[in-house]
Amino acid sequence: MSRSKKPERLTASYKMKHTLKSMRAERSSYFMIAPFLIAFFIFTVLPVVAAIALSFTDFNMLQTPNWVGFDNYKTLFLNDDVFIIAVKNTLILALITGPVGYMACFIFAWFINELPRRIRAFMTLIFYAPSISGSIYFIWTYILSGDRYGVVNGLLLDLGIIDSPILWLADTDYMLVCVIIVQLWLSLGTSFLSFLAGFKTVDTTLYEAGAIDGVHNRFQEIWYLTLPQMKPQLLFGAVMQISSSFAVGPVAEALCGNPSTEYATHTIINHVSDYGGVRYELGYACAISTVLLMVMLIVNKVITKLLVDE
Amino acid sequence: MKRIRIKKQLNRSHTGNFLVLLMLVVVGCFMGLPLYYNIIQSFKPVEERFIFPPRFYVVNPTGANYSQLFTLVSDLTVPFSRYLFNSVFVSIVSTGIGVMIGAMAAYPFAKKKFPGKNMLWRLIMLTLLFSGGVTALPAYIVKAKLGLINTYWVLILPSLASTLHMFLLRQFMLQIPDSLLDAAKLDGANDFRIFYNVVLPNVKPAFMTVVVLSFQNVWNNGSAGVIFREDLKLLPTALSQITAGGIARSGASAAAAVLLMIPPIVAFVLNQSKMLQTMAHSGIKD
Repeated sequence: MSRSKKPERLTASYKMKHTLKSMRAERSSYFMIAPFLIAFFIFTVLPVVAAIALSFTDFNMLQTPNWVGFDNYKTLFLNDDVFIIAVKNTLILALITGPVGYMACFIFAWFINELPRRIRAFMTLIFYAPSISGSIYFIWTYILSGDRYGVVNGLLLDLGIIDSPILWLADTDYMLVCVIIVQLWLSLGTSFLSFLAGFKTVDTTLYEAGAIDGVHNRFQEIWYLTLPQMKPQLLFGAVMQISSSFAVGPVAEALCGNPSTEYATHTIINHVSDYGGVRYELGYACAISTVLLMVMLIVNKVITKLLVDE
Repeated sequence: MKRIRIKKQLNRSHTGNFLVLLMLVVVGCFMGLPLYYNIIQSFKPVEERFIFPPRFYVVNPTGANYSQLFTLVSDLTVPFSRYLFNSVFVSIVSTGIGVMIGAMAAYPFAKKKFPGKNMLWRLIMLTLLFSGGVTALPAYIVKAKLGLINTYWVLILPSLASTLHMFLLRQFMLQIPDSLLDAAKLDGANDFRIFYNVVLPNVKPAFMTVVVLSFQNVWNNGSAGVIFREDLKLLPTALSQITAGGIARSGASAAAAVLLMIPPIVAFVLNQSKMLQTMAHSGIKD
């Protein structure tokens, strides 16, 4: 206690020296993260920076881009009716497939976890298979095909429920519902696996104690005993689910085409590929990407914050 | 034995169990039937494929659709085996290199202290909050400006740095006791030796998990938009080209779809327990 406090002024250059010294001491750490970081910066960070920068230009890939200020954003929000449709569809899809997919991941992980071992492995496979089979979702185009050979039409006609085939993927009444169903079919992915693993780590002795202390049914058990223990996995699952539910688009495009009939399943991602890939208005497409990116980040930050505070 | 039984039955009513099973079966059918139907379709001869109403079984199974795949050269200009080779080659190379550099980066982030670590980690975690799809277009511009379009590089390089996989490896490495690493250090091992001889053997489940996830990812990625040369295209892209052939190709496209879904599923089945063990540490603690 007799020692006097270190003078505050000394610290700036001292800190600098100290940092350099520890950087040298840890140079092997930098070597080890370097390959990953290089690829990460080029293919993950750089595109984000490029999107934001190019969104203020009229870039078209061929000519030197001109600075246009906020013009792209103005057009986007004020003069692009299709963008408004895309926003609406994206929100509908995200708000339904996001939470429903998340709940489904949790509920089925819960149910499957209570099955006997052998059946559990089998059921896990059945539920997880669609999401890992990748582009296989195109088989839904056969299932929902608009002629009488489509599986759904065939079955419904055979049962006499409908008397003429329905154009599931071209009739605006059904298109969005079909995309939602296929999207949900694909939604039991990484979060599902994470929850399943989470259930396995739950301390089961708590259940016995809980039963004595007045936990009477499985719902009370999951609410009071299981959920609090699975918070980290739940948070991870939320992050995964949110970012994927706002990126809906490829499925809609594979099923209903791009542009789809009357833009009924047009999403923001489809809008980007329409302007970027077809019309080559890349500056404008970058503005759309930037908006979607910001929405994703904000929603994710808000929701994870809410979950943490809970 | 009896005790375990009783424990399992705690707080479980019979009606509840029945409803749970019912739900599992119904939703299980919804999940499984499309894949099952596709497998069945791939074994149907042409006269069975378009029968009304649709059949969920096959009377005269045939391998013709599969052999048709390999003889479809005439319209596809390159043999089907070429797409298969491209997909296998690209998947193995990117998974191998990607998982290795991911694991190598995960170690310092899990166990070392170095200036800039927190800042970099926060940046990496931030990118976990959005999926790649949203930056696909600007990423394409970057790839084009680097001259990667129409080369194998564009199929391999972008998938090397997966934030999610690095995150999973890092979470798993956090579980390794520091004493183990300190002991190796006292024995005079440098960081690379410690990584290779101590860290890697201790994170085998996570390593295998990331191998499977990364393989699934690359395997399912098409080459549409970045590859325009027929001989460099990947299987998923070839599949959509075959599917676009319409009714005449429906058998071949069902067969190609089966070939496409086998590898990721087999990889998962073989590693299921390791993957669950890893995912248990996937949680984000705040």
